[in-house]
Amino acid sequence: MTIKISIQTQDFNLQNEVDLLEQDNDIDGAVVTFTGRVRNKNEGLQVTALTLEHYAGMTEKSLAKIIEQAQTRWQIGRVSVIHRIGKLHIGEQIVFVGVTSMHRQDAFAAAEFIMDYLKVEAPFWKKEVTELGEKWLDAKQSDNQKAQQWES
Amino acid sequence: MIKIVFFAALREQLDCSELQIAADEVQTIGDIKTKLASKNEHWQQIFSNGALLSAINHDMVHCDASVKSGDEVAFFPPVTGG
Repeated sequence: MTIKISIQTQDFNLQNEVDLLEQDNDIDGAVVTFTGRVRNKNEGLQVTALTLEHYAGMTEKSLAKIIEQAQTRWQIGRVSVIHRIGKLHIGEQIVFVGVTSMHRQDAFAAAEFIMDYLKVEAPFWKKEVTELGEKWLDAKQSDNQKAQQWES
Repeated sequence: MIKIVFFAALREQLDCSELQIAADEVQTIGDIKTKLASKNEHWQQIFSNGALLSAINHDMVHCDASVKSGDEVAFFPPVTGG
């Protein structure tokens, strides 16, 4: 495995994903992973669940492009991105980004870069179920600013 | 023909997930938006939203991007994954 991109409804097991990054990979000394989970509160409202929609085909292409950009900027080994779709409840895992590299700096930077760009470029949309009913989430300006920081 | 697809809040507001338009009627993404907006007042209001994003064949593009027959064009709100 060099690159893994998976859009799936089912949950993932963190240890299995780390194993995939490490198996038969003796050159990389660093493994950085990020896991995103469903929070119980957003903008002051109690959230009970989320529904995630995506644009099949474009999602995979857009994630592949983001990973490609990361590979040109840093010396990285394996990359794994998993994003779940469908209905998710509080505390469930939504997203996983894992990156390996020889030394930690590149893996840290690439993992953050991939996550920041996924937030603003990959076609996923969250709909929250809150105490006030269902609501599509608005994109956050802070996410755009975070991604733009990589341009300088 | 050009296939047009809509996602998320936009799909719900339009109550439409996809439609087809004749390729000889439009040259750019901007033309398609103008054409869709001309359908009625509701659609006009929705397509006047400058924050809407667009893609041709799964690549994000700007309003001046050219379209041709056989393309899949998508319109959607700013993304909120992760």
